[in-house]
Amino acid sequence: MFDNLSLFVSTISRGLLLTVEATVGGILIATVLSFVFGLAMLSRSRTVRLVARIYVEIWRGTSEVVQLLWIYFVLPVLIGYRIVPLVAGIVVLGLNFGAYGAEIVRGAVQSVPKAQYEGAIALNLTPAQRMRRVILPQALVEMVPPFNNLFIQLLKGSALLTMITVHEMTYQAREVLIDRNIDQAWLIWTLVLLFYLVLAILITIGMRLLERWAARLVGRKPDERSIFSRRKKPVLAETVSAGGGPL
Amino acid sequence: MIWDWDYFWEALPIVVGDGLWITFQVTLLGSIVAYLLGMVLALLRRSRIRVVSTVTWAFIEFIRSTPLLVQLFFLFFVFPDFGLKFGPVTTGVIALGLHYSTYAAEVYRAGIEAVPVGQWEAATALSLPRARTWRAVILPQAIPRVLPALGNYTISMVKETPLLLTIGVTDIAGAAFQEASSTYRYVEPITIAGLLFLVLSYSASLLVRWLERRVGTLH
Amino acid sequence: MIRFEDVAKRFGDHVVLDGLNFTVAPGEFVTLIGPSGSGKTTILRLLMTLEQVTSGTIHVDGECLTHVRRGDRLVPADEKHQQQVRKRIGMVFQQFNLFPNMKVLQNLTEAPIRSLGLSRAEAEARAHELLDLVGLSDKVHAHPTQLSGGQQQRVAIARALAMRPDVLLLDEVTSALDPELVAGVLRLLKDIAETTEITFLCVTHEMGFARDVSDRVLMFDHGHIVEDASPDKLFSEPDHERTREFLSAVLERG
Repeated sequence: MFDNLSLFVSTISRGLLLTVEATVGGILIATVLSFVFGLAMLSRSRTVRLVARIYVEIWRGTSEVVQLLWIYFVLPVLIGYRIVPLVAGIVVLGLNFGAYGAEIVRGAVQSVPKAQYEGAIALNLTPAQRMRRVILPQALVEMVPPFNNLFIQLLKGSALLTMITVHEMTYQAREVLIDRNIDQAWLIWTLVLLFYLVLAILITIGMRLLERWAARLVGRKPDERSIFSRRKKPVLAETVSAGGGPL
Repeated sequence: MIWDWDYFWEALPIVVGDGLWITFQVTLLGSIVAYLLGMVLALLRRSRIRVVSTVTWAFIEFIRSTPLLVQLFFLFFVFPDFGLKFGPVTTGVIALGLHYSTYAAEVYRAGIEAVPVGQWEAATALSLPRARTWRAVILPQAIPRVLPALGNYTISMVKETPLLLTIGVTDIAGAAFQEASSTYRYVEPITIAGLLFLVLSYSASLLVRWLERRVGTLH
Repeated sequence: MIRFEDVAKRFGDHVVLDGLNFTVAPGEFVTLIGPSGSGKTTILRLLMTLEQVTSGTIHVDGECLTHVRRGDRLVPADEKHQQQVRKRIGMVFQQFNLFPNMKVLQNLTEAPIRSLGLSRAEAEARAHELLDLVGLSDKVHAHPTQLSGGQQQRVAIARALAMRPDVLLLDEVTSALDPELVAGVLRLLKDIAETTEITFLCVTHEMGFARDVSDRVLMFDHGHIVEDASPDKLFSEPDHERTREFLSAVLERG
C-alpha cells in the first residue's frame, strides 16, 4: 500500500523549491503592491485614487487562471517574446494578491484613530512623517493577521502555476507521478496536500512571530493564542467589492 | 495585426455560448453544496462531544490551508478507486462545494455567535427542546445576517471555476482556451474571458451589496 | 498674537461658529467657557489647522494662518503654508493622543528632531529637562500604555512644550482624568503659565482653575461670544443672564 512512498516523496520534493520560490516571490511583490496601492487609495489626489481603484478591481475581478493564461499566451503575442513561466507565475501571484492586500493596507490605515493624526499635526509633522512615523507602525499590527490569511491563499494559488508548466509540487504529482502510479493516486495526492499544509503552518508561525513583534512595538501585550493559530477575520463585517472573497 | 475586432466579435458568442452556462451551473450547484455542508460542519464544530468538534476543526483547517486544485485532482483520481464514476462537472461541483463549505462553516459560526445569549436563555426558560431551539430561534436569526458573507464566497467561487478546465470542464475560461487553441489566436478569446469575469464578479458584487443593505450586517 | 476676523465654521447645515471676532494678546491666558456644542473646541481646532474655516481669517503673530495671497486674491492656505505658521502652536488634547508605537522619550524627541531639525542629543536633553519638570523622569523608557491617565497627560504636556510653542492650546485636558489626578495636572499647568511667556488658549470645565489662572474669560453660546471679561468680573458679577445660568448650572453640579 505504501510502496513507492519514498519515490513519491522525493519526486514531490523536487517541486518544493519552485513552490517556495513562487510563494516567496509572490509574497514579496504582493506586499510591495499592497502598500503602494493601499496608500494610493488614500491619496488626496482623485486621479491617484482612481488608478489604484482600477488596479484593485481588475485584478480582483478577473480570475487567477485567466490571468495566468493571459500572461502566458496573450502577452507574448503583444510584446513579441515569451516570459519564463516561473517569472510569469510570480508576477501574476504578486499582482493578483497585491490587489487584495491593498484593501488590507487601506483598511488598517483607516482603523488608526483620527486622534493619532491630530496628535501628529499638532506636532507639525509633515504628511509623509505622519504616515511613516506615526500611522503605519500602528496600522502594521492590524495588518498582520489578514496578511497571514492572504499569504496562505497565495500559497494555495501557487498550485495553479502547474497550468503554465512551472514544475512545482502539483506539477510533479500531476505530470510525473500520476500516470504511472494511478492505483496509488490517493497516496500521491495526500502527500501533496500534506506538503502544502506544512508550508501553510510555517507561514502562520512566521506571521505570528511578526504579530508579536508588531504588538510589542505599540506597547501591547501579545495575546495568548498559540503560535500556530491563525486569527479569523471578522467574516460578517467585510466590505463587498468585485473581489468577493475568501481572504 | 495584434488585436482584431472582427475576430473579437466572432469569438465572443462562442465563448459565452459554450462557457457561461457551465460557469453558472457549477457555481450555483457548488454554492448549494457549500452552504449545506457548511451548515453541517458548523453544527459539528459546536458539538458537545469533544472528539467530534476537534476532528471537525482539524478537517476545516486542513481544507482551508491546502489548494483547491490539489483537492480537485484528489477527487478526480481517487473517486474511480471507490467505483464512483462521476463526470468532470460533478467532480468539480463536489470539490468546489467541499472547499467552500469550510469557509461557509466559519461564516455560520460567526452568525450563530452573534445571536445574543439572551435568546438561548429565553429558549431554555420556555423549555424548548434543543433541536427546536436551533430550528425556530437561533437559525432564523443567524441565517439572514450571514447571507451577504456567503454571497461574497459565491463571487470567489465564480472566479475559481476555471480550475475545472484542468479536468476537462469547459467553463468560460475553458471555452476561451479551446477556441484559442483551435485557431491559434489567443489574444481575443482569453481577453474576452477576463472581461466576462470582470462583468460577472462586478454585477454579483452589486447584488451582494444590495443584499447587505436589505438584511443589514453584523459588526 | 491671535486674531479671529469674521470667522465662520459650518459642518454641512450645522453652524458652529458665525461671524466670530476676537484677539488674544501675547502672553495672555484666555479661557473659553460655555455649554458643550457652543464652538469652543472648534476654535482650538481651527487654530491647530485640524479644521479649516468656512469663511473669515485667522492671524497668528501677524501671519495669516488660513489663507495665502495669490496675485490679488486670497486663497485657502496649503499644507506647506500651514506648516510654517503651525510651528508656533502646540496643543494638548483631552485624550492625550500620545503615540503608542513610541516610548515616552521618543514621543518627546520625534517632532523636535523631524520638524525643528534638532540633533538627537539636543532633543533628548530637552526631553529629560521637560520630563523632570512634569515629574516623570523615571518614565523615560516606559510605553505610554503603561502610564496612568494623569501621567500620560503630563507626558503630552511635556511633548507639546518640547516644540517651544508661542501659543499653547489646552482642549479639556482634565476631562478624561480620574478626579484625584485632576489637581496635579492643573497645578502643573498653572506653574507653566506663570513661569513662561507662552500665550494660552484654554477650554475647560474647571471653573476654579479658570478663575485662578486666566487673564480673560470668554463665555460662548451657540458660536457667539456672550461675554468677554476678567475672571473676577465674569465669575462674581456677570453682565449677562446666559452667563449666570451657565455658571450656576456648572457650579451646582460641583
